[in-house]
Amino acid sequence: MTALLETRGVWQRFGGLVANSDVSISVGRGEIVGLIGPNGAGKSTLFNLIAGVLPPTQGSIWFDGEDVTKMPAAARCQRGVGRTFQVVKSFETMTVIDNVIVGALVRNTVMREARRKAHEVLEFTGLAARADVLASDLVPAEKRRLEVARALATEPKLLLLDEVLTGLTPTEAQTGVALVRKVRDAGITVLMVEHVMEIVMPLVDRAIVLDLGKVLVEGKPNDVVRDPKVIKAYLGDRHAVGA
Amino acid sequence: MDKNFAARRRRDLIIAAVLAAIAALTPLFVKDVVVQNVLILTLMYAGLSQSWNILSGYCGQISLGHALYFGLGAYTTELLFTKFGVLPWFGMLAGGTVSALIAMGLGYPFFRLRGHYFVIATIVIAEIGLLLFHNWEWAGAAMGITIPIRGDSWLKFQFARSKVPYFYFALVLCCIAWLVTWWLEDSKWGFWWRAVKDNPDAAESLGVDVFNSKMGAAAVSAFLVAVGGSFYAQFVSYIDPESVMGFQFSLLMALPAVLGGIGTLWGPVLGAAILIPLTEITRFKFGGSGSGVDLIIYGTLIVLISLALPRGLVSLFSRPKKTGATR
Repeated sequence: MTALLETRGVWQRFGGLVANSDVSISVGRGEIVGLIGPNGAGKSTLFNLIAGVLPPTQGSIWFDGEDVTKMPAAARCQRGVGRTFQVVKSFETMTVIDNVIVGALVRNTVMREARRKAHEVLEFTGLAARADVLASDLVPAEKRRLEVARALATEPKLLLLDEVLTGLTPTEAQTGVALVRKVRDAGITVLMVEHVMEIVMPLVDRAIVLDLGKVLVEGKPNDVVRDPKVIKAYLGDRHAVGA
Repeated sequence: MDKNFAARRRRDLIIAAVLAAIAALTPLFVKDVVVQNVLILTLMYAGLSQSWNILSGYCGQISLGHALYFGLGAYTTELLFTKFGVLPWFGMLAGGTVSALIAMGLGYPFFRLRGHYFVIATIVIAEIGLLLFHNWEWAGAAMGITIPIRGDSWLKFQFARSKVPYFYFALVLCCIAWLVTWWLEDSKWGFWWRAVKDNPDAAESLGVDVFNSKMGAAAVSAFLVAVGGSFYAQFVSYIDPESVMGFQFSLLMALPAVLGGIGTLWGPVLGAAILIPLTEITRFKFGGSGSGVDLIIYGTLIVLISLALPRGLVSLFSRPKKTGATR
């Protein structure tokens, strides 16, 4: 079976800055893949290329057997790509349930169906009690959760999570981890950008490490964290020797 | 939860029906022509503001150029009537269609602009429209068009002896604009528009067609405003560029919605019910146009209300939601 998502030789240049150079990765169906790397490694850029915020300078992106390189974000969402934002982008003047309905409308044209779907997703993500509250009144952890709920309402095949676990208290992060597992168990493939290693590593099936815009290492989380190249990228030369 | 939601929508509809019924009875009691005039204008601006609210309130694309569509509605109707003998009823639909098409044509380049740049573009475009009509000989240029009086008739939609028919038309127009808003509020378009207003990037990622959402809102909004313009032309039976396309119309469409509650179902009606009588009364009391006392009064009022109630007058009626965080 072909991979759900594939990037083939993707380059992204911003003027003279090369954010991604020749990145080829693939994500299989049902996997949880972690995209990690130090600051400035090009994680967010790659993430945005996959979500369709901008087209790559060079290379192609394939989703579910289709070339989506030139497809805008909304069309990719219809094909089954759901995403969250690193800096939360809730619809602040709308209630929680209305936020989620916007997502649900992708696959439900009848309002009653969309509303039912949205309630279902709120139950799933543990936000049901907050359905009628304005998004602007949510606490930060709930806003993160709403991002996930909204994306899930679009019934994605692939869910892109951009640092959903960053900046949370340990308890909140654990609830978040449980939610990601639940999402995968519901049959949705997950690609997550994260830099809190100790939380991500136990969660993901496979980790892809980016450094300076290139794929540095990819493999099982346990192997990746021991890889000298990864330790060097994160901590510098001195630490790599002892590894 | 769903029951609450359905109940709230039903309640809105019932309140609207009751208000419309009460309004429909007022001509039986109000015989004073000056007061009738104020009532007609109030209903008209309520309808206009409600239409403006679709694009600017719900979809968040603040337009200060809606006078263009108002004027286009008036001119299309009267040019068709005086030059080709087309009945105003058809002229109204033609005016609405022309305006909707022009709104989309303008939207094509301008919906790429965001925030203040968009607002400025709307003002400039409306001013250009005004200048074009000022210099367009065939359309009467600065002299305008006088609508020939051919006797009271519903067919020609003109009434010299009584204002009551105009009153009912304005009421129907207002009700239609309200109902369209009510209906759209719980539709895919309504949700898309609010999402586009709050955060276009997030909307896009959820499959919302941001550009076409704006185009749709612009078309509906411009169509309804143009119908209002057609009505106004018949009502005053004389039009010139300033009197149907002047900047003041753009303001008078925006202000009731802003005052009452922008992007809300009841805001425009509530705002118009207070603002328009106030404008007319102050103008009447302080006599003479050009003094600007009425403008000073409602300018002050708007500043005070926006300071005290930033979400508009409607926020007085909404019960505070419980916001205790669950942790």
